[in-house]
Amino acid sequence: MTALTEQMASKKRLPAVVDFLSKWGTILTIFVLLIFFSVTMPAFRTGSNMVTIMRSIAIVTVIATGITVSLTVDGFDLSVGSVATFAVALVMSFFVWYGWGTLLAIAVALFVSLIVAVVNAFLIVKLRIFDLLATLATMFIFEGVAMTYTGGGSISEGMPRLDGTPTFGKIPAEFRLIGQSPYIIVIMLVIVALVHIFLTYTKHGRYLYIVGGNREAARLSGIPVNRYRTLAYFLSALLAATGGIILAARIGSAQINSGAGYLMPAVAAAFIGYSVAGIKKPNAIGTLVGAILVGLLENGLIMMSVPYYSLNIIKGLVLAIALAITYYRKHD
Amino acid sequence: MQVKHKLEMKGISIEFPGVKALSHVDFAVESGEIHALVGANGAGKSTLMKILGGAYGHYQGEIHFDGQQVDIRHPQDAKRLGIDVVYQEVDTALIPYLTVAENIMLDVMANEMQGKHFIRWGQLHRRAREVMAQVGIQLDTSTLVENLTLAQKQMVLIARALATNTNFLVLDEPTAPLSQAETEELFRLMRDLVANQGIGIVFISHRLPEIFEVCQTITILRDGRVVADTAIDTLTQQRLIELMLGHRFDETYPKASVPIGETIFQVEGLWEEQGRVRDVSLTVRAGEIVGVTGLVGAGKTELCKTLFGAYPIKSGQVRLHGRPLKITSPHAAVSQGVTLVPEERRKEGILVEEPVYVNLTLPSLDNFTRGADFVDTNAERETARQLIQELGIRTPSENQKVAFLSGGNQQKVAVGKWLITDAEIYIFDEPTKGVDVGAKHDIFELIGQLAQRGKGIIYASSEIPEILGISDRIYVMYDYTIVKEFETADATEEDILFYSAGGK
Repeated sequence: MTALTEQMASKKRLPAVVDFLSKWGTILTIFVLLIFFSVTMPAFRTGSNMVTIMRSIAIVTVIATGITVSLTVDGFDLSVGSVATFAVALVMSFFVWYGWGTLLAIAVALFVSLIVAVVNAFLIVKLRIFDLLATLATMFIFEGVAMTYTGGGSISEGMPRLDGTPTFGKIPAEFRLIGQSPYIIVIMLVIVALVHIFLTYTKHGRYLYIVGGNREAARLSGIPVNRYRTLAYFLSALLAATGGIILAARIGSAQINSGAGYLMPAVAAAFIGYSVAGIKKPNAIGTLVGAILVGLLENGLIMMSVPYYSLNIIKGLVLAIALAITYYRKHD
Repeated sequence: MQVKHKLEMKGISIEFPGVKALSHVDFAVESGEIHALVGANGAGKSTLMKILGGAYGHYQGEIHFDGQQVDIRHPQDAKRLGIDVVYQEVDTALIPYLTVAENIMLDVMANEMQGKHFIRWGQLHRRAREVMAQVGIQLDTSTLVENLTLAQKQMVLIARALATNTNFLVLDEPTAPLSQAETEELFRLMRDLVANQGIGIVFISHRLPEIFEVCQTITILRDGRVVADTAIDTLTQQRLIELMLGHRFDETYPKASVPIGETIFQVEGLWEEQGRVRDVSLTVRAGEIVGVTGLVGAGKTELCKTLFGAYPIKSGQVRLHGRPLKITSPHAAVSQGVTLVPEERRKEGILVEEPVYVNLTLPSLDNFTRGADFVDTNAERETARQLIQELGIRTPSENQKVAFLSGGNQQKVAVGKWLITDAEIYIFDEPTKGVDVGAKHDIFELIGQLAQRGKGIIYASSEIPEILGISDRIYVMYDYTIVKEFETADATEEDILFYSAGGK
């Protein structure tokens, strides 16, 4: 035993810097970026810009917590962007076409969005299609469903429906509040907290991680593995749809593929979150940190007048680095 | 007339960390003979053949080919001498989505295409057909290998060996997964190769009647040493078994005497969906340790997994305390009082990346939750500390990752996690595999304590001395079914091996 401990200690001593960086590198980078942008651009360090950053990452963060939950069972939900688009289309149609109240519209939109989870779970758990490919298929399916349902993708106040029927429904003012600060930031923090508590302190969270860690061992320990994998896809769809609702409140209309742009930064946030503080597991707080990093970078670069079409280069690089850290550590 | 070759291994020794697997082994085989290599589990048969095939380069000793000393340190060295080994796991050597022709010609394509970049498909199929004709098998060369039966896959591997120049062919337990008819077909081919192609064959099998049927000479290994090397007709099956077993180092088994109660667990006519369990009936009484033994591949693990719902049940009845159980999944089995400590510990029994306490409380996590399913981690750790003490698990604390424990201590975790569930039937599949003597003793004691608490225990192992030491009653398996039942008091190692090897 002592030999083993010594061996472990010596193994740790050598790459201590590497070890430290992979644990705290993300948070360090956030501070470095904060200092760099603050020094170079006085407008960056204003309080209102900080609020802008937090507001801009809210939707990414909520959608990313959905991906995080799918990652806990060693799965991967690529369909979250389409779920968000679908939820936007639903909730807008309920307001503009049918004139429903806020709560009813939100509740029904969330509920109907779970259809995606049903399809995902069926493809992945029952038909045993590889997660990434199954959700790639549902990503396209529900992008199409949302477009078809809205008749081309967009719904806004006063816009007639595809067949020419005039619409009279209004988007309630209290719904629009969801998309504004401070509410949007509070909602994001509450959702991160809830997902964190669920994953860390409940039996179900423990089981999700165990299923993701070693599916066969989990099964032979008597855990109903398929039930928990299904649960993970339901939760990720529910969280993605919640992100969609917030998005709808923020832009006040349904746009073509409005959720699609959130997939990439959300994936990046979830994978950056893996390594934060050396947890080495998908986790909600790490995901929030990841989203902050991505948001900070985007905000600062825009202020430095980097053209929006070039931003993807940086965002893609950040994702590549996050993946490199996650998978490089998994090797040893 | 073919050229005669002679292959001799002289004074071969090999060590693995902590184990001397072979010491000063002499082994020789000639063209035109089928030479049997037998021994109990762990005697060193496969190790010796892996040296011959170039898989282990760090052996000591000499290998002579036609009297000339040669070095076999890499698989290519063996290939160059015309030595081909067909390992037991045929699927690892085949590429399922390629055709029969491509699989047969794989070595040729990999080694004889220097400078060439285009495959001549017509020639490839023609040469594959020629080799198959030589072997006497009939298959469409454009069939995908994934659609073949196990027996056909073996034939493809043998054909692959023959596609390159082959002098010696090693077949490592080729008959284990084969039916009677398929085995006959294989024997026909082996005899043909030896008689007409002048090849020498080394044949490894646990099925003793087969050895008498097809082999001319035999080498018997025990604990890494040669105990006999002779013509087959100088031996009887009884004598062969005695030589294989010898007088082993006697281990002590802490077998507590426990009053045995009523029958609590009954299995009748159990079939697994793919025939991995065939018409098995057995009973277990309260406080009884029932041994299930048989050779590797006899179906012990399959039986354990089927009883636990990890393999699907096709038909048959399983009853606990007289009431029928519905075992549709491991989850269902656990909730109805049946548990399994699986054989593949690291893959199936423990979560190496999780701390000890998470592993120990996993199957009983419901006992550690308060309102709304929140886990009470303090209660978990408390229970884990108690278990660590009771089972003597050597770990700095309950928070240690299981990956850092020794094999024996990992096994204690794999067993310990079931102790706090309130199960009635405990199934152990090879619980002492890869476990040191001290931990073995602890595990036996633990199983004894379960018996004392009136639980029913099924103990599956191919270690016959262990089964004899710990069980009250023994079932012997062969070919996925139970062929013999013994009261342990009336059984001997020879009897058990006789039935394990297919004797009737």
